[in-house]
Amino acid sequence: MEKIKILVLAKQVPDTRNVGKDAMKDDGTVNRGALPAIYNPDDLNALEMALEAKDRLGNAEVYVLTMGPTRAAEIIRESIYRGADEGYLLTDRKFAGSDTLATSYAISKAVKKIDPDLIFCGLQAIDGDTAQVGPQTAEKVDFPQITYVEKLVEISPTQITLKRRLERGVETVVAPLPALITVHGSANPCRARNVKRVMQYKHARTLTELKEENRENSELFKDRPYLKIEEWSVDTIQADDTHLGLSGSPTKVKTIDSVVLAQKENIVLTSSDADVEELMVDLLKSRVIG
Amino acid sequence: MKNVFVYCEVTEEKRIAEVSLELLSKGRKLAETLGVKLEAVVLTDQAGDTLETIQEFGVDVIHLAESVELFPYRTLPHFRVVQAIFEKEQPEIALFGATSVGRDLAPRIASVLRCGLTADCTSLEIGDHVDTKTGKEYKNMLYQIRPAFGGNIIATIINPETRPQMATVREGVMKLEKADKKKVAQIKNYKVEEILKPEDLVITIIDRHIEPQKVNLKGAGIIVSGGYGVGSKENFKLLYDLAAVLGGEVAATRAAVDAGYAEHERQVGQTGVTVRPKLYIACGISGAVQHRAGMDQSAKIISINTDPNAPINAIADYAVTGDLMEVLPKMIAYYKKYSK
Ligand SMILES: Cc1cc2nc3c(=O)[nH]c(=O)nc-3n(C[C@H](O)[C@H](O)[C@H](O)COP(=O)(O)OP(=O)(O)OC[C@H]3O[C@@H](n4cnc5c(N)ncnc54)[C@H](O)[C@@H]3O)c2cc1C
Ligand SMILES: Nc1ncnc2c1ncn2[C@@H]1O[C@H](COP(=O)(O)O)[C@@H](O)[C@H]1O
Repeated sequence: MEKIKILVLAKQVPDTRNVGKDAMKDDGTVNRGALPAIYNPDDLNALEMALEAKDRLGNAEVYVLTMGPTRAAEIIRESIYRGADEGYLLTDRKFAGSDTLATSYAISKAVKKIDPDLIFCGLQAIDGDTAQVGPQTAEKVDFPQITYVEKLVEISPTQITLKRRLERGVETVVAPLPALITVHGSANPCRARNVKRVMQYKHARTLTELKEENRENSELFKDRPYLKIEEWSVDTIQADDTHLGLSGSPTKVKTIDSVVLAQKENIVLTSSDADVEELMVDLLKSRVIG
Repeated sequence: MKNVFVYCEVTEEKRIAEVSLELLSKGRKLAETLGVKLEAVVLTDQAGDTLETIQEFGVDVIHLAESVELFPYRTLPHFRVVQAIFEKEQPEIALFGATSVGRDLAPRIASVLRCGLTADCTSLEIGDHVDTKTGKEYKNMLYQIRPAFGGNIIATIINPETRPQMATVREGVMKLEKADKKKVAQIKNYKVEEILKPEDLVITIIDRHIEPQKVNLKGAGIIVSGGYGVGSKENFKLLYDLAAVLGGEVAATRAAVDAGYAEHERQVGQTGVTVRPKLYIACGISGAVQHRAGMDQSAKIISINTDPNAPINAIADYAVTGDLMEVLPKMIAYYKKYSK
């Protein structure tokens, strides 16, 4: 029987959870460069679910697809350390400025090239929290979608049973393959790196990375072809330029305004007994509390 | 044609979801500004008295699809029917609640119609736009306004060329306001069995457990809210203690939720709940724009922060500079002393 192909969509994101003071510029905007780039948290849950599916099916392979700059190859290495079989980096200057519709168009073209039976994505990426790329990719490749998934209940080569985490409870659904699944952050956390795999794959590189390291003439890929991370461009996936980047994105940012906080007349207090006492007396008197 | 559409979500209890009623209220104002109609889309097994509820919001047309396939919600049947309605009616604007239903359905619709969709808007307005490159003028665009990642920044997003202009909005962001005058809406019925194909029914729900809502932040008069500065789940107990003596609820920032100090249902902000209590006590919260979007309309705000320059202080009525671990026990003690 043919191997079941499982694809994980994973994104590298700036760590918005750590926008500390050092990451702020004087004008109150974030210095993206100062933020660490991390594996989008929900996508790690998605990778774990994909690996669980592979464990249960046996006859399956897990691929990772990420769209981003050269640096995003880190996501692919990280995935391979944790058990993924192979990865593809979708990278091209023409992708820059894509909104979720243009992003899902590009991803869907790559998905068609890979031709998977199952796709796992994160529910949402923390840089935008839109949760749109999963369902939009599903529509473009004509897969049914199952969103907000918390648990893989059962899987066979033809169907999958999943538990969804909704606002007010849980729901269990059965879907035929192929299908696209978006995974909730409450699903199983991702397994740790496998030390053997780290040793084996720590030199995995894209061609561009090798060039950046001035090693384009090295024999690396000739000796160990499995260390080559595939880079795909607009041409590789045969995408139509007009659907990509800024021009292919229906949403446009009209203006960006920094919020100037009008300083409210306020009472400044310390943590001293007298000050806290004054505060509580004030609140009681004005009947805000009590 | 060219009207404002609101997808009305039907809850477990077979009522129209609060967020949908809020969107009908906003949608009516947008429609009035544009001089167009307000239309509601309702997909359920049996509409029952939900239609009466909708009529109170000044809706001109209700698009009604009734079928056992449409309740409880499943993606593909709802997707096909809404797609069919939108392709025929060509809405100018389409609004969805940012719930697990709206966030599942709206992106798939936007994808098939190839139109723009902005998630978690905190404000919606109508305005004009001139493209600086081409000089082309666009009248009466939907401004989709939301905090942008990157400090204290608000972005205004538009979809100049594609229709509908689509947005999702969280519950509590828009004010619920019934129409002054009751209108009798025209009801358009759809034959669901003519729209759905067998491949739209491939997913089956085999089990559901729906619980009543546990945390009610929206209804709380007093909210004690904690941020990353609270430091641990154990320390959050102090906030519960203060909330218990004041008769309030405990809320949190996303940083606190991500760190595991509090449950996700308690998150206040752009991607959480929007609250307007009479008192909001912000403990160890810096005051990022995404957080303020969910609480800046509180009647009174107290900030407790070790940093005297924390941005939250700018919108606070009382700014206490100090360690919350020290301040909160004192607040509890003084409240007990004086409240009798
Ligand atoms: C797309 C997107 C959506 C988002 N949605 C939301 C949302 O809905 N809600 C939300 O809250 N955030 C949201 N965020 C995150 C938001 O940008 C901030 O990162 C977050 O609000 C910061 O939380 P915080 O104030 O708890 O943490 P921090 O910014 O780390 O602030 C901690 C504060 O605690 C103070 N402190 C430390 N120790 C003490 C002590 N012992 N006593 C008193 N004070 C102390 C510090 O001085 C500091 O001011 C979103 C971000 C993105 C990108
Ligand atoms: N650039 C990307 N590369 C790979 N996967 C992505 C990318 N953008 C989004 N995704 C996937 O889509 C999910 C939702 O992203 P978003 O719509 O941005 O919240 C993520 O959790 C990823 O699984």
